[in-house]
Amino acid sequence: MTRISLLVNGKPVKAEVEPRTHLADFLRERLSLTGTNLGCEHGVCGACTLEIDGAPARSCITWAVACDGASVRTIEDFDDDPVMAELREAFTAEHALQCGYCTPGMLVTARDIIMRLPDADEARIRKELSGNLCRCTGYMGIVRAIRCVLDERKAHAR
Amino acid sequence: MKAVAFDYARPRDVAEAVRLLAEGGDRAKCMAGAQSLGPMLNLRLVQPELIVDLRHIEELRATEDSADAVTFGACVTHSEIEDGRVPDPTRGLMREIATNIAYRAVRNRGTIGGSLAHADPAADWPSVLNLLGATVIAAGLGGRKNFPIGKFLTGLFETALQPGEILVGICVPKLPARARCGYWKFCRKTGEFPQAIGGALDDPERGAARAVIGATRGAPYVIGDARALINSPDEARLLAAADAAGLEGDSYSRKLHAVALRRAIERLAA
Repeated sequence: MTRISLLVNGKPVKAEVEPRTHLADFLRERLSLTGTNLGCEHGVCGACTLEIDGAPARSCITWAVACDGASVRTIEDFDDDPVMAELREAFTAEHALQCGYCTPGMLVTARDIIMRLPDADEARIRKELSGNLCRCTGYMGIVRAIRCVLDERKAHAR
Repeated sequence: MKAVAFDYARPRDVAEAVRLLAEGGDRAKCMAGAQSLGPMLNLRLVQPELIVDLRHIEELRATEDSADAVTFGACVTHSEIEDGRVPDPTRGLMREIATNIAYRAVRNRGTIGGSLAHADPAADWPSVLNLLGATVIAAGLGGRKNFPIGKFLTGLFETALQPGEILVGICVPKLPARARCGYWKFCRKTGEFPQAIGGALDDPERGAARAVIGATRGAPYVIGDARALINSPDEARLLAAADAAGLEGDSYSRKLHAVALRRAIERLAA
Protein backbone atom coordinates (compact mmCIF):
# COMPACT_ATOMS: atom_id res chain seq x y z
CA MET A 1 0.00 0.00 0.00
CA THR A 2 1.16 3.50 -0.79
CA ARG A 3 0.03 6.65 0.94
CA ILE A 4 -1.24 9.35 -1.41
CA SER A 5 -2.62 12.81 -0.93
CA LEU A 6 -4.44 14.66 -3.67
CA LEU A 7 -7.26 17.09 -4.30
CA VAL A 8 -10.54 15.58 -5.44
CA ASN A 9 -13.15 18.11 -6.48
CA GLY A 10 -11.30 20.78 -4.56
CA LYS A 11 -11.16 18.84 -1.28
CA PRO A 12 -7.95 17.32 0.14
CA VAL A 13 -8.02 13.51 0.23
CA LYS A 14 -5.51 11.24 1.92
CA ALA A 15 -5.62 7.50 1.38
CA GLU A 16 -3.64 4.27 1.34
CA VAL A 17 -3.88 2.66 -2.09
CA GLU A 18 -2.57 -0.39 -3.86
CA PRO A 19 -0.40 0.93 -6.71
CA ARG A 20 -2.36 -1.19 -9.19
CA THR A 21 -5.64 0.59 -8.39
CA HIS A 22 -6.57 2.88 -11.26
CA LEU A 23 -7.99 6.31 -10.62
CA ALA A 24 -11.55 5.46 -11.67
CA ASP A 25 -11.74 2.48 -9.27
CA PHE A 26 -10.27 4.64 -6.50
CA LEU A 27 -12.90 7.34 -7.06
CA ARG A 28 -15.80 4.91 -7.38
CA GLU A 29 -14.92 2.30 -4.77
CA ARG A 30 -13.15 4.37 -2.13
CA LEU A 31 -14.71 7.80 -2.44
CA SER A 32 -18.15 6.66 -3.69
CA LEU A 33 -17.90 9.10 -6.60
CA THR A 34 -19.77 6.90 -9.04
CA GLY A 35 -20.37 9.60 -11.64
CA THR A 36 -17.22 8.43 -13.42
CA ASN A 37 -18.26 5.44 -15.52
CA LEU A 38 -16.04 2.61 -16.65
CA GLY A 39 -16.54 1.16 -20.11
CA CYS A 40 -13.64 -0.58 -21.78
CA GLU A 41 -10.98 -0.16 -19.08
CA HIS A 42 -8.24 0.14 -21.65
CA GLY A 43 -8.39 3.74 -22.76
CA VAL A 44 -10.55 3.38 -25.87
CA CYS A 45 -14.17 4.29 -25.03
CA GLY A 46 -13.74 7.56 -23.14
CA ALA A 47 -16.54 6.90 -20.61
CA CYS A 48 -14.15 7.46 -17.68
CA THR A 49 -12.80 10.80 -18.96
CA LEU A 50 -12.36 13.37 -16.19
CA GLU A 51 -10.00 16.25 -15.48
CA ILE A 52 -6.55 15.88 -13.96
CA ASP A 53 -4.82 19.18 -13.23
CA GLY A 54 -7.36 20.92 -15.42
CA ALA A 55 -6.99 18.73 -18.51
CA PRO A 56 -9.16 15.82 -19.69
CA ALA A 57 -7.65 12.38 -19.06
CA ARG A 58 -8.66 8.72 -19.03
CA SER A 59 -9.05 7.63 -15.42
CA CYS A 60 -8.96 3.90 -16.26
CA ILE A 61 -5.35 4.05 -17.49
CA THR A 62 -4.12 6.53 -14.89
CA TRP A 63 -3.13 5.05 -11.55
CA ALA A 64 -4.37 6.63 -8.32
CA VAL A 65 -0.84 6.41 -6.96
CA ALA A 66 0.42 8.43 -9.95
CA CYS A 67 -2.06 11.19 -8.97
CA ASP A 68 -0.34 11.84 -5.65
CA GLY A 69 -0.13 15.63 -5.50
CA ALA A 70 -2.54 16.15 -8.41
CA SER A 71 -5.93 17.83 -8.58
CA VAL A 72 -8.71 15.61 -9.91
CA ARG A 73 -12.12 16.91 -10.98
CA THR A 74 -15.00 14.53 -11.61
CA ILE A 75 -18.43 15.11 -13.13
CA GLU A 76 -19.84 15.58 -9.59
CA ASP A 77 -17.93 18.86 -9.25
CA PHE A 78 -19.46 20.63 -12.25
CA ASP A 79 -22.87 21.42 -10.73
CA ASP A 80 -22.08 25.12 -10.42
CA ASP A 81 -19.96 25.42 -13.54
CA PRO A 82 -21.60 27.84 -16.00
CA VAL A 83 -20.28 26.10 -19.14
CA MET A 84 -21.45 22.73 -17.88
CA ALA A 85 -24.86 24.25 -17.08
CA GLU A 86 -25.18 25.38 -20.69
CA LEU A 87 -24.06 21.96 -21.91
CA ARG A 88 -26.53 20.12 -19.66
CA GLU A 89 -29.36 22.23 -21.01
CA ALA A 90 -28.24 21.72 -24.62
CA PHE A 91 -27.76 17.96 -24.11
CA THR A 92 -31.36 17.75 -22.87
CA ALA A 93 -32.79 19.94 -25.63
CA GLU A 94 -30.92 18.15 -28.43
CA HIS A 95 -31.46 14.60 -27.16
CA ALA A 96 -27.69 14.18 -26.75
CA LEU A 97 -28.06 11.22 -24.42
CA GLN A 98 -30.17 8.12 -24.21
CA CYS A 99 -28.86 5.54 -21.73
CA GLY A 100 -26.48 8.14 -20.28
CA TYR A 101 -23.54 5.83 -19.73
CA CYS A 102 -21.11 7.82 -21.92
CA THR A 103 -22.50 11.18 -20.77
CA PRO A 104 -20.06 12.09 -17.95
CA GLY A 105 -17.10 11.53 -20.28
CA MET A 106 -18.93 13.25 -23.15
CA LEU A 107 -19.60 16.31 -21.00
CA VAL A 108 -15.99 16.61 -19.85
CA THR A 109 -14.81 16.37 -23.47
CA ALA A 110 -17.55 18.74 -24.65
CA ARG A 111 -16.55 21.31 -22.04
CA ASP A 112 -12.92 21.03 -23.17
CA ILE A 113 -14.02 21.72 -26.77
CA ILE A 114 -15.99 24.81 -25.66
CA MET A 115 -13.11 26.18 -23.60
CA ARG A 116 -10.21 25.33 -25.91
CA LEU A 117 -11.74 25.58 -29.39
CA PRO A 118 -14.35 28.36 -29.41
CA ASP A 119 -14.26 28.47 -33.22
CA ALA A 120 -14.67 24.73 -33.77
CA ASP A 121 -16.89 23.82 -36.72
CA GLU A 122 -18.85 20.59 -36.99
CA ALA A 123 -15.91 18.66 -38.51
CA ARG A 124 -13.63 19.74 -35.66
CA ILE A 125 -16.25 18.89 -33.03
CA ARG A 126 -16.57 15.41 -34.53
CA LYS A 127 -12.78 14.97 -34.59
CA GLU A 128 -12.48 16.06 -30.96
CA LEU A 129 -15.33 13.76 -29.93
CA SER A 130 -13.83 10.73 -31.67
CA GLY A 131 -12.32 9.43 -28.44
CA ASN A 132 -15.69 9.19 -26.71
CA LEU A 133 -17.93 6.36 -27.84
CA CYS A 134 -21.72 6.52 -27.64
CA ARG A 135 -23.71 3.45 -28.68
CA CYS A 136 -27.17 5.11 -28.51
CA THR A 137 -27.37 8.50 -30.15
CA GLY A 138 -25.36 8.21 -33.36
CA TYR A 139 -23.63 11.42 -32.17
CA MET A 140 -26.03 13.71 -34.09
CA GLY A 141 -27.56 15.13 -30.93
CA ILE A 142 -24.24 15.39 -29.10
CA VAL A 143 -22.62 17.32 -31.96
CA ARG A 144 -25.70 19.58 -32.22
CA ALA A 145 -25.68 20.27 -28.48
CA ILE A 146 -22.02 21.32 -28.54
CA ARG A 147 -22.62 23.49 -31.62
CA CYS A 148 -25.55 25.18 -29.88
CA VAL A 149 -23.42 26.11 -26.88
CA LEU A 150 -20.58 27.35 -29.09
CA ASP A 151 -23.00 29.42 -31.21
CA GLU A 152 -24.70 30.92 -28.18
CA ARG A 153 -21.44 31.86 -26.54
CA LYS A 154 -20.30 33.50 -29.80
CA ALA A 155 -23.56 35.44 -30.07
CA HIS A 156 -23.16 36.67 -26.47
CA ALA A 157 -19.54 37.65 -27.02
CA ARG A 158 -20.55 40.09 -29.77
CA MET B 1 -9.45 -6.27 -16.53
CA LYS B 2 -7.24 -5.02 -13.72
CA ALA B 3 -3.46 -4.80 -13.64
CA VAL B 4 -1.44 -7.31 -11.63
CA ALA B 5 -0.09 -6.10 -8.30
CA PHE B 6 3.05 -4.01 -8.66
CA ASP B 7 5.17 -1.69 -6.56
CA TYR B 8 5.44 1.96 -7.49
CA ALA B 9 8.43 4.28 -7.34
CA ARG B 10 8.60 7.95 -8.17
CA PRO B 11 12.26 8.91 -8.66
CA ARG B 12 13.24 12.58 -8.52
CA ASP B 13 16.04 12.44 -11.05
CA VAL B 14 17.38 10.36 -13.92
CA ALA B 15 20.16 8.82 -11.82
CA GLU B 16 17.64 7.46 -9.29
CA ALA B 17 15.36 6.17 -12.08
CA VAL B 18 18.24 4.38 -13.77
CA ARG B 19 19.36 2.84 -10.48
CA LEU B 20 15.82 1.57 -9.72
CA LEU B 21 15.43 0.10 -13.19
CA ALA B 22 18.86 -1.53 -13.10
CA GLU B 23 18.08 -3.10 -9.70
CA GLY B 24 14.67 -4.26 -10.88
CA GLY B 25 16.03 -5.87 -14.03
CA ASP B 26 13.35 -7.33 -16.28
CA ARG B 27 10.81 -7.22 -13.42
CA ALA B 28 10.83 -3.40 -13.54
CA LYS B 29 9.19 -1.20 -16.14
CA CYS B 30 9.42 2.54 -16.54
CA MET B 31 6.25 4.55 -17.10
CA ALA B 32 5.78 7.96 -18.72
CA GLY B 33 2.23 8.99 -19.72
CA ALA B 34 1.03 5.35 -19.55
CA GLN B 35 -1.24 5.74 -22.57
CA SER B 36 0.15 2.54 -24.09
CA LEU B 37 1.49 0.93 -20.94
CA GLY B 38 -1.83 1.56 -19.14
CA PRO B 39 -3.94 -0.55 -21.51
CA MET B 40 -1.19 -3.20 -21.59
CA LEU B 41 -1.20 -3.37 -17.78
CA ASN B 42 -4.99 -3.65 -17.63
CA LEU B 43 -5.00 -6.35 -20.30
CA ARG B 44 -2.11 -8.04 -18.44
CA LEU B 45 -0.01 -8.07 -21.57
CA VAL B 46 2.68 -6.76 -19.24
CA GLN B 47 3.00 -7.88 -15.62
CA PRO B 48 5.80 -5.94 -13.95
CA GLU B 49 6.70 -6.13 -10.26
CA LEU B 50 7.87 -2.52 -10.17
CA ILE B 51 6.70 0.57 -12.04
CA VAL B 52 9.14 3.47 -12.13
CA ASP B 53 7.16 6.65 -12.82
CA LEU B 54 9.27 9.11 -14.83
CA ARG B 55 6.69 11.90 -15.00
CA HIS B 56 8.03 13.87 -12.04
CA ILE B 57 11.63 14.12 -13.17
CA GLU B 58 12.16 17.79 -13.94
CA GLU B 59 14.84 17.17 -16.56
CA LEU B 60 12.50 15.00 -18.63
CA ARG B 61 9.86 17.76 -18.71
CA ALA B 62 12.27 20.38 -20.11
CA THR B 63 12.75 21.59 -23.67
CA GLU B 64 15.96 23.17 -24.91
CA ASP B 65 15.92 25.47 -27.93
CA SER B 66 19.37 25.94 -29.49
CA ALA B 67 20.48 27.57 -32.73
CA ASP B 68 20.04 24.55 -34.94
CA ALA B 69 17.88 22.09 -32.98
CA VAL B 70 15.23 21.62 -30.31
CA THR B 71 15.78 18.96 -27.66
CA PHE B 72 12.58 17.63 -26.13
CA GLY B 73 12.62 16.00 -22.72
CA ALA B 74 11.17 12.50 -22.98
CA CYS B 75 8.08 13.42 -20.92
CA VAL B 76 6.95 16.36 -23.06
CA THR B 77 3.33 15.55 -23.91
CA HIS B 78 1.68 15.46 -27.32
CA SER B 79 -0.64 18.26 -26.10
CA GLU B 80 2.25 20.55 -25.26
CA ILE B 81 3.51 20.10 -28.82
CA GLU B 82 -0.02 20.47 -30.26
CA ASP B 83 -0.63 23.73 -28.38
CA GLY B 84 2.74 25.25 -29.24
CA ARG B 85 3.68 25.34 -25.54
CA VAL B 86 7.11 24.04 -26.62
CA PRO B 87 9.11 25.26 -29.63
CA ASP B 88 8.46 23.49 -32.95
CA PRO B 89 11.68 23.02 -34.95
CA THR B 90 9.66 22.04 -38.02
CA ARG B 91 7.56 25.14 -38.63
CA GLY B 92 4.26 23.45 -37.85
CA LEU B 93 4.74 19.83 -38.92
CA MET B 94 5.25 18.50 -35.40
CA ARG B 95 2.26 20.49 -34.16
CA GLU B 96 0.11 19.01 -36.90
CA ILE B 97 1.33 15.49 -36.17
CA ALA B 98 0.68 15.90 -32.44
CA THR B 99 -2.83 17.25 -33.08
CA ASN B 100 -3.72 14.06 -34.92
CA ILE B 101 -2.43 11.54 -32.37
CA ALA B 102 -5.26 9.59 -30.71
CA TYR B 103 -7.57 11.88 -28.67
CA ARG B 104 -7.06 14.98 -26.55
CA ALA B 105 -7.48 13.06 -23.28
CA VAL B 106 -4.70 10.73 -24.46
CA ARG B 107 -2.52 13.56 -25.77
CA ASN B 108 -2.71 15.32 -22.40
CA ARG B 109 -0.91 12.37 -20.78
CA GLY B 110 0.96 10.61 -23.59
CA THR B 111 4.57 11.66 -24.18
CA ILE B 112 6.87 11.87 -27.19
CA GLY B 113 9.57 9.86 -25.39
CA GLY B 114 7.16 7.20 -24.21
CA SER B 115 5.79 6.78 -27.71
CA LEU B 116 9.25 6.43 -29.20
CA ALA B 117 10.53 4.02 -26.53
CA HIS B 118 7.38 1.89 -26.92
CA ALA B 119 8.26 1.69 -30.64
CA ASP B 120 4.82 0.75 -31.91
CA PRO B 121 5.33 0.78 -35.70
CA ALA B 122 1.89 2.34 -36.15
CA ALA B 123 2.59 5.30 -33.87
CA ASP B 124 3.33 8.65 -35.52
CA TRP B 125 6.55 9.74 -33.81
CA PRO B 126 8.73 6.77 -34.90
CA SER B 127 8.04 7.57 -38.57
CA VAL B 128 8.09 11.36 -38.21
CA LEU B 129 11.30 11.47 -36.16
CA ASN B 130 12.95 9.23 -38.75
CA LEU B 131 11.92 11.67 -41.44
CA LEU B 132 13.31 14.60 -39.46
CA GLY B 133 16.64 12.86 -38.72
CA ALA B 134 16.27 13.08 -34.94
CA THR B 135 18.85 11.96 -32.39
CA VAL B 136 17.77 9.95 -29.34
CA ILE B 137 19.51 10.51 -26.00
CA ALA B 138 19.53 7.58 -23.57
CA ALA B 139 20.82 7.31 -20.01
CA GLY B 140 21.99 4.25 -18.12
CA LEU B 141 24.30 3.31 -15.27
CA GLY B 142 27.22 3.73 -17.67
CA GLY B 143 26.26 7.31 -18.55
CA ARG B 144 24.61 8.87 -21.57
CA LYS B 145 24.71 7.95 -25.20
CA ASN B 146 23.22 9.26 -28.41
CA PHE B 147 21.60 7.22 -31.15
CA PRO B 148 20.66 8.34 -34.63
CA ILE B 149 16.95 7.52 -34.79
CA GLY B 150 17.53 4.81 -37.40
CA LYS B 151 19.83 2.98 -34.99
CA PHE B 152 17.46 3.46 -32.05
CA LEU B 153 14.37 1.85 -33.58
CA THR B 154 15.38 -1.72 -34.31
CA GLY B 155 12.10 -3.53 -34.95
CA LEU B 156 8.54 -4.25 -33.94
CA PHE B 157 8.25 -2.77 -30.42
CA GLU B 158 12.04 -3.00 -30.24
CA THR B 159 14.69 -0.37 -29.56
CA ALA B 160 18.41 -0.24 -28.88
CA LEU B 161 17.75 0.54 -25.20
CA GLN B 162 19.45 -1.96 -22.92
CA PRO B 163 17.93 -3.13 -19.62
CA GLY B 164 18.20 -0.31 -17.10
CA GLU B 165 18.48 2.38 -19.76
CA ILE B 166 15.86 5.05 -20.32
CA LEU B 167 15.19 7.45 -23.14
CA VAL B 168 15.77 10.93 -21.70
CA GLY B 169 15.52 13.24 -24.70
CA ILE B 170 14.99 13.64 -28.42
CA CYS B 171 16.97 16.19 -30.41
CA VAL B 172 15.21 17.36 -33.59
CA PRO B 173 17.20 19.49 -36.05
CA LYS B 174 15.51 22.69 -37.19
CA LEU B 175 14.02 22.46 -40.64
CA PRO B 176 15.76 24.91 -43.01
CA ALA B 177 13.58 27.62 -44.56
CA ARG B 178 13.30 25.96 -47.96
CA ALA B 179 12.81 22.42 -46.69
CA ARG B 180 9.38 20.82 -47.10
CA CYS B 181 7.75 17.88 -45.33
CA GLY B 182 4.72 15.82 -46.25
CA TYR B 183 2.93 13.22 -44.14
CA TRP B 184 -0.11 11.03 -44.64
CA LYS B 185 -1.74 8.30 -42.60
CA PHE B 186 -4.74 6.08 -43.17
CA CYS B 187 -6.84 5.46 -40.05
CA ARG B 188 -10.02 3.36 -40.11
CA LYS B 189 -11.41 5.66 -37.44
CA THR B 190 -10.25 9.15 -36.42
CA GLY B 191 -7.67 8.83 -33.67
CA GLU B 192 -7.10 5.10 -34.07
CA PHE B 193 -3.67 3.74 -34.90
CA PRO B 194 -3.10 4.05 -38.66
CA GLN B 195 -2.98 1.11 -41.02
CA ALA B 196 -0.46 2.87 -43.24
CA ILE B 197 1.90 5.84 -42.91
CA GLY B 198 3.82 7.69 -45.61
CA GLY B 199 6.25 10.56 -45.13
CA ALA B 200 8.55 12.61 -47.35
CA LEU B 201 11.17 15.32 -46.79
CA ASP B 202 12.72 17.51 -49.45
CA ASP B 203 15.54 19.66 -48.11
CA PRO B 204 17.50 21.38 -50.91
CA GLU B 205 19.77 23.27 -48.46
CA ARG B 206 21.18 20.08 -46.99
CA GLY B 207 20.72 18.10 -50.19
CA ALA B 208 18.42 15.64 -48.45
CA ALA B 209 15.49 13.82 -50.02
CA ARG B 210 14.08 11.24 -47.61
CA ALA B 211 10.97 9.13 -47.50
CA VAL B 212 9.54 6.87 -44.83
CA ILE B 213 6.99 4.07 -44.79
CA GLY B 214 5.46 3.38 -41.37
CA ALA B 215 2.85 1.16 -39.76
CA THR B 216 4.63 -1.88 -41.19
CA ARG B 217 5.59 -5.09 -39.38
CA GLY B 218 8.90 -3.63 -38.22
CA ALA B 219 10.71 -0.36 -37.60
CA PRO B 220 9.83 2.46 -40.03
CA TYR B 221 11.36 1.83 -43.45
CA VAL B 222 13.49 4.79 -44.49
CA ILE B 223 14.49 5.58 -48.07
CA GLY B 224 17.64 7.62 -47.57
CA ASP B 225 17.86 8.82 -51.16
CA ALA B 226 14.31 9.35 -52.32
CA ARG B 227 15.09 11.96 -55.01
CA ALA B 228 13.82 9.85 -57.91
CA LEU B 229 10.72 8.82 -55.98
CA ILE B 230 9.91 12.40 -54.94
CA ASN B 231 10.48 13.74 -58.47
CA SER B 232 8.28 11.11 -60.11
CA PRO B 233 6.15 9.12 -57.67
CA ASP B 234 4.71 6.72 -60.22
CA GLU B 235 2.94 3.56 -59.15
CA ALA B 236 5.79 1.19 -59.99
CA ARG B 237 8.25 3.14 -57.82
CA LEU B 238 5.76 3.47 -54.95
CA LEU B 239 4.91 -0.23 -54.96
CA ALA B 240 8.60 -1.13 -55.17
CA ALA B 241 9.17 1.01 -52.06
CA ALA B 242 6.30 -0.75 -50.26
CA ASP B 243 7.77 -4.12 -51.21
CA ALA B 244 11.18 -3.05 -49.94
CA ALA B 245 9.45 -2.10 -46.66
CA GLY B 246 8.47 -5.74 -46.25
CA LEU B 247 4.88 -5.48 -47.46
CA GLU B 248 5.27 -7.77 -50.46
CA GLY B 249 2.65 -10.48 -50.47
CA ASP B 250 -0.02 -8.41 -48.75
CA SER B 251 -1.71 -6.81 -51.72
CA TYR B 252 -4.07 -4.58 -49.68
CA SER B 253 -1.42 -3.33 -47.30
CA ARG B 254 1.24 -2.69 -49.96
CA LYS B 255 -1.22 -0.65 -52.04
CA LEU B 256 -2.43 1.30 -49.01
CA HIS B 257 1.16 2.15 -48.04
CA ALA B 258 1.98 3.09 -51.64
CA VAL B 259 -0.96 5.52 -51.70
CA ALA B 260 -0.03 6.95 -48.27
CA LEU B 261 3.48 7.58 -49.56
CA ARG B 262 2.19 9.19 -52.78
CA ARG B 263 -0.09 11.51 -50.80
CA ALA B 264 2.79 12.47 -48.51
CA ILE B 265 4.90 13.33 -51.55
CA GLU B 266 2.02 15.30 -53.08
CA ARG B 267 1.82 17.33 -49.90
CA LEU B 268 5.44 18.48 -50.36
CA ALA B 269 4.17 20.85 -53.01
CA ALA B 270 1.48 22.32 -50.74
